[in-house]
Amino acid sequence: MSQEKKPLPTIPLTYAGSNCEGCPAHNAGQLLRLGVNMENWDFVIALAGNPNTGKSTVFNALTGLRQHTGNWPGKTVTRAEGGFSYGEHRYKIVDLPGTYSLLSTSLDEEVARDFILFGQPDVTLIVVDATRLERNLNLVLQVLQITDRAVVCLNLMDEAERHGLKVDERRLARDLGVPVVPTAARYRRGFDQLLAAIADVATGRTVCKPRHMKSESGTIRQAVERLTDKLHQLYPQLPNARWVALRLLDGDQRIATAVQNGELGELSRQTPDDVQTLHLEAVA
Amino acid sequence: MTTLPLPNNQATTADDILKTAESLRWEVGRDFHERLMEDVYTEAAQLADRAVTYPQQKPRFDLDRTIDRIVTSRLWGFPMMILLFTLVFWITISGANVPSGWLATLLVDMGHPFLKGLADGIGLPWWLSGLLIDGIYLAAAWVTSVMLPPMAIFFPLFTLLEDFGYLPRVAFNLDNMFKKSGAHGKQALSMMMGFGCNAAGVVATRVIDSPRERLIAIITNNFALCNGRWPTQILIATLFIGSTVPAYLAGLVSALAVVSVALLGVMLSFAVSWGLSRTVLKGEVSTFSLELPPYRPPRVWQTIYTSMIDRTLFVLWRALVFAVPAGAVIWLVANVQIGGLSLAEYIINFLNPLGLLLGLNGVILLAYIVAIPANEIVIPTILMLTVLVTGSAGGSGAGVMFELDSNAETMALFTAGGWTLLTAVNLMLFSLIHNPCSTTIYTIYKETGSRKWTAVAALLPVAMGFLITFLVAHSGLF
Repeated sequence: MSQEKKPLPTIPLTYAGSNCEGCPAHNAGQLLRLGVNMENWDFVIALAGNPNTGKSTVFNALTGLRQHTGNWPGKTVTRAEGGFSYGEHRYKIVDLPGTYSLLSTSLDEEVARDFILFGQPDVTLIVVDATRLERNLNLVLQVLQITDRAVVCLNLMDEAERHGLKVDERRLARDLGVPVVPTAARYRRGFDQLLAAIADVATGRTVCKPRHMKSESGTIRQAVERLTDKLHQLYPQLPNARWVALRLLDGDQRIATAVQNGELGELSRQTPDDVQTLHLEAVA
Repeated sequence: MTTLPLPNNQATTADDILKTAESLRWEVGRDFHERLMEDVYTEAAQLADRAVTYPQQKPRFDLDRTIDRIVTSRLWGFPMMILLFTLVFWITISGANVPSGWLATLLVDMGHPFLKGLADGIGLPWWLSGLLIDGIYLAAAWVTSVMLPPMAIFFPLFTLLEDFGYLPRVAFNLDNMFKKSGAHGKQALSMMMGFGCNAAGVVATRVIDSPRERLIAIITNNFALCNGRWPTQILIATLFIGSTVPAYLAGLVSALAVVSVALLGVMLSFAVSWGLSRTVLKGEVSTFSLELPPYRPPRVWQTIYTSMIDRTLFVLWRALVFAVPAGAVIWLVANVQIGGLSLAEYIINFLNPLGLLLGLNGVILLAYIVAIPANEIVIPTILMLTVLVTGSAGGSGAGVMFELDSNAETMALFTAGGWTLLTAVNLMLFSLIHNPCSTTIYTIYKETGSRKWTAVAALLPVAMGFLITFLVAHSGLF
């Protein structure tokens, strides 16, 4: 894959020239909220996160919509969509149901998981609660097993500050291998950097190198390796074979079906050719 | 990691992969899912720990976490649960006696003669005043005086526990056992609701996504002792179990007896879930995340107010709605005579052999038939029918539901009716293990949309109740 590109896991703070045009803050004026108008989008953003992390606030701030979502996991099983334009690109953003995990298969988790996997968003924006980082990272780690195009929005920084918490976002970005942007969505703080990070990952200017879980006992590792090998034989380009192997071992019917009917094969064909290279060329 | 293009793509097929996966699943073991989750959690914890600095270097003393450590601990979790619920019932039992007595004096001892006098004054025919005042009015008065005080104590206490954040911890404690029974962990939540009302509990199973596990939760919800059955348990425990120990222990022992019956219900839930998930409802267990909310100091006055309005009065209203026609039916079966014997006596004589075989009696069985609409009226019905059969002078005659002035008199009546400790124990058991009330049955039908499963949910507990009471009756313990 695109490993030879130099990884830029943290927020790119300076750009060539480092003048006003280069400053991410300068681009803030370029945000155009398009509401439900999602025509001619260049990139698709999936919005994932635990319930109650301010996901909808981020969604509303970006699109200008007033999406109301309930707090109960399982109640919101549909997804809301909206659009915005930033810089020279137009984005479609899909608000997924808030979930704690992507492992078990309740309806809400399945909707979120399927979109991240099969919907192939250009960027998955994971909104996390800075005051409950540990619990939120469970989901982040799971998302990063499925896709490597992700941005972490470290939200509720205002609350974290109030509680006297300090979150070292650079360290976190280095550990996770994806951009991490601190925000306070309620006060629109940090949105300039967030938009810049999203644009950079979407266009391929930032190449993520997400952390992959290491691990587990010998038997599991061997089983995973055997399956991963087989998957690679059938679908040589599959980007997340290891994750697929884990799902199969867990008895995930949906994934088994996708292996069977070739749905996964289509993913692997599409990823390198159609989508990714195009964006990489744009940068190069 | 760039993947090497392997030459023999044809060698591996999708079926091959799935077959390999299937066989490898045996090797990785049943707890694979948990280990996977554990890996994620461990890693998340490490990452968070590296990134977050707390205000003081040393993590502050965290009250929530400390409480959680105790109430959800493997060692203390269950004892704490039993202790807390025993305390709640003990407060309910010992606190309800006095106001119950006041209400009974007001509504029954004073209200009933007053209305009777009024009816005589305006010259109502005996059958009409009998039906209206001895039947309907007394049923309503009895239900109010017996049910209102315990509910007015129990529901606010229960709601306070809920507000404080304790119930999700109970669900957390029970989750593992539900899982072992092949059921969904969220069944612990619907069961908690069932302790209030089974119909509400059945609706609450909507939080369970898998249809298989949801059916299990619906069928077993009846084993959560619902509000309508608490008064039966409390009264019988107070009269029979409490009287077997010295007076100063009576309240505590009665409370423990009630808690034991409730716990037995929980055990039966596990047992039946286990049985169902291994026979007709086979399948894999799904996992879920349960967020333990922070403990909050409950808003006491608001809780008392809302639990009075939403629960106490709501349930009381429902009980009254059902008690009114039941009161009429009871009066009628006790007063319609065929060949010198009342209808009730015919039925009781018919049911007696079966009742005695189960360590119960015909009166109790008839009461359960009359009380299908609402469990709340079982005790008044039993008392009334016992008077009818024994011809005891304690009450006001055929078909009149009444409140006896003291527990001692009620006890005397039961003894005259041939009751023993066995009858009491088996009544408590049967009250736990019998068909759900008609409201719950209807709710089950609406939720499952299946006549078959509704029938299973209604008949399975009755069959089990017959079996268990029969076994206890012939165990030689009593």
